[in-house]
Order: sequence, then structure tokens, then C-alpha cells
Amino acid sequence: MIVAVASGKGGTGKTTIAVNLAKSIDGEVDLVDCDVEEPNAHLFLRSNPIESKEVTVPIPQVDESLCDGCGECSKFCEFHAIITPNTKPIVFPELCHGCGGCTLVCPRGAISETQRRIGVIDISREDHIRLIQGRLDVGVAMAPPLVRAVRANSRDNVATILDAPPGTSCPVITTVRNSDFVLLVSEPTPFGLYDLELAVKMVAELEIPFGVIVNRHDLGDNRVHEFCKDNQIPILLEIPDDRRIAEAYSRGIAIVDALPEYKPVFQGLLEKVDELVHSKEGRSDANL
Amino acid sequence: MKIALTSKGKDLDSDLDERFGRARHFIIYDTETESFETIDNEQNLNSPQGAGVQAAETIAKTGAASLVTGHCGPKAFRALTAAGIKVFTTNATTVKEALDLYLAGKLTEADNADVEGHW
Repeated sequence: MIVAVASGKGGTGKTTIAVNLAKSIDGEVDLVDCDVEEPNAHLFLRSNPIESKEVTVPIPQVDESLCDGCGECSKFCEFHAIITPNTKPIVFPELCHGCGGCTLVCPRGAISETQRRIGVIDISREDHIRLIQGRLDVGVAMAPPLVRAVRANSRDNVATILDAPPGTSCPVITTVRNSDFVLLVSEPTPFGLYDLELAVKMVAELEIPFGVIVNRHDLGDNRVHEFCKDNQIPILLEIPDDRRIAEAYSRGIAIVDALPEYKPVFQGLLEKVDELVHSKEGRSDANL
Repeated sequence: MKIALTSKGKDLDSDLDERFGRARHFIIYDTETESFETIDNEQNLNSPQGAGVQAAETIAKTGAASLVTGHCGPKAFRALTAAGIKVFTTNATTVKEALDLYLAGKLTEADNADVEGHW
């Protein structure tokens, strides 16, 4: 089972939920930190490095002796990563998504591919948790190819927890796509609600079953609860605004390690998710 | 010789568009015929990325030798330079003012981008 932990708003507790879920699973688990622009799940583990590998994307290189300047490559590229002004094509590697389309459409076979490094994947382990973390290189603006590479390193038939980046844009969609269930972590504030509504629309569009976790549920107002009730979205867990949790967090200690009484709570969450995945009762058809 | 200018409207009295890649229109002025044509940049305006380099390609295809605009970012500058187009920046208010300054030789050719991308 693949469970993605996402949120619209940043700082609602995605990583907290993802790490504590991973720690509460009995048996082997892949914890995948897909927030490649600022990965942080490792801060809550004491994991030992296993391997590190570079991730590259293919970018076009043009053999000018074969190119006749027809510009088919540029017409094809919707990202404007290869343009043909009145010269031979010019490539902008930082705009290239690595789809390979220009290479295919070139009628003269003048374009081949070379590799451009965009980041690294670090794999480490703490007990039963195998942490797979992507780290985008400084200056690289395109996260999805790295997110895909990170996800491709999780194992089939092993419980997988995906820690998504915040927001609802491409890196998040790349993370949650093809997962079995999405946990949307929110907080009961106007910002939390606004971004939750966006996240719900995104997940509904992807037709993935989902439920909501309300973190620091005793703060703010009850509009997140009302929104979930009005739209029949299950609230699967509420976590109180507990100073002990914040103190443990500030020292890089997971809730279940600092406060073992929470372990059954996270195990209960997993059971609920498992039930919803198998009964298909989680909302995936929200029409908002 | 043709000169490209970025414009918020469709004629010479329009305000100069400070932006290059996401300018509303391009006005291509021909010094030989003393006439101009207008190119709509609407599609590029909503481009998810690469508006500057795409605009450079558009300008290159018009055969313009110079571009007069408000600001020009690094990727657009690289593309324009590769296409042999000279870049001039100005804070003139209207397209006509910018064109007159250019024709009077009062604008200095830019030797580099003057703003970061996505300014």
C-alpha cells in the first residue's frame, strides 16, 4: 500500500505524520521524502547511509553539421527549451523537462541526448525504516523529474509512505499520483482551510481516495471541520496542540518516540486508511 | 532596417511595455518604409515558462536587427544575442518616444541582461 501525506499549506505537519506512520508500522517500510526542495524527514530519524546516487535528465544536443535549421524541434517544445531563431537551434537546459520529443521529431536526426545532473537520491536506514530522500541541486528549478526518480526507488510489496512537498503544483501531483490513499494534513485556521480546499480539489481531480488529518485541532476555529462535514470528507485523526509534541519536534524526536501513548493512535490511523483503501469508501469523487 | 519594440497597445502611441517575454504586443518598425506591423504576444503571455526565449525567436523571425524594450532577462538576452539582435533598454513612456530616442542614436546598446529572470 502506498500512502501519500500531502497538504495545501506548508507547516501543517506532513513530515510529522509521515515519520510517525513509518515508525508505527510493524515490519519493513519505505519512507520516501519527496519534498526534494527541502527534505526534512531525516531530521526525525537516526538513519545510517546505505547509498547515494546522482539523478540526471536527458537534454538535447544539436549536431549543427546535420541540422538544416527547420525549427521542428522548437515547434514541438512547449517549454521553449530549444529555440530556432534565424540560426541553428539554441538549447536552454534549465528549461528542458527531458521528454525527448525534440530528438524524435528532428527530420535530420541531428539531435541526440546528453545528461544533465539535477540532484541526488540518498538511501539510509533506521531499523525497519528505509528512508529514500531526494535532494534537488541548488539552482535547479524543476523538481518533478527528481520526484519521479525518488519514487522509483521505493520497493513493490513494501508499505510505502510518501512525504509530499507543500502546495498543489507539479511536484505534489508527481508525488501523490498512483498512490493508494492521500492523507491531507490541515490545521484549523483560515489559511489551513483555504489551502485544504485547493488540495481537496487536486486529489479529487486525480481520483485518489483521501481523508483529512487536523493537526493542532484545538486551535483556531471549526471551519475546517465544517468544510469536511459538508463535503463528506472523513477526518481520520485529530492531534492536539500539545507542548510536549512541539518540544520533542524541536529536538528532532518523533511523537511516538517521545510519547509512546501515541503509537496506537498512528496504528489506528493506518488501520482506518487500510479499511478505506479496501472498501473504497474514502472520498475520491468530491465535486467541489 | 527593422526595429522591434515592446508595446502595451497596437500602435506607436501606445505605452512601451517594460517587459520583453511577456509584453502584450511587439511593434516591428521598418525604417525604410517608415511603417510598422504589430504582432500579438498573447499566447506567450500565458506561457508557463520560457516566455523570454520564445519572444526572442518571434523577434528573430521578423528579421528585426534591434530590440528596444524596458528590461531584458538573462535567457532572453542570450537568445537575442545568439540571433544577432542588438538589445536597447529605455524607460521611455511610449513606443513613439522609445523609437525616436533609438533613431536619434540616444540609446546605448546593452551588453548584458539588466534584470534577473522573472523580475
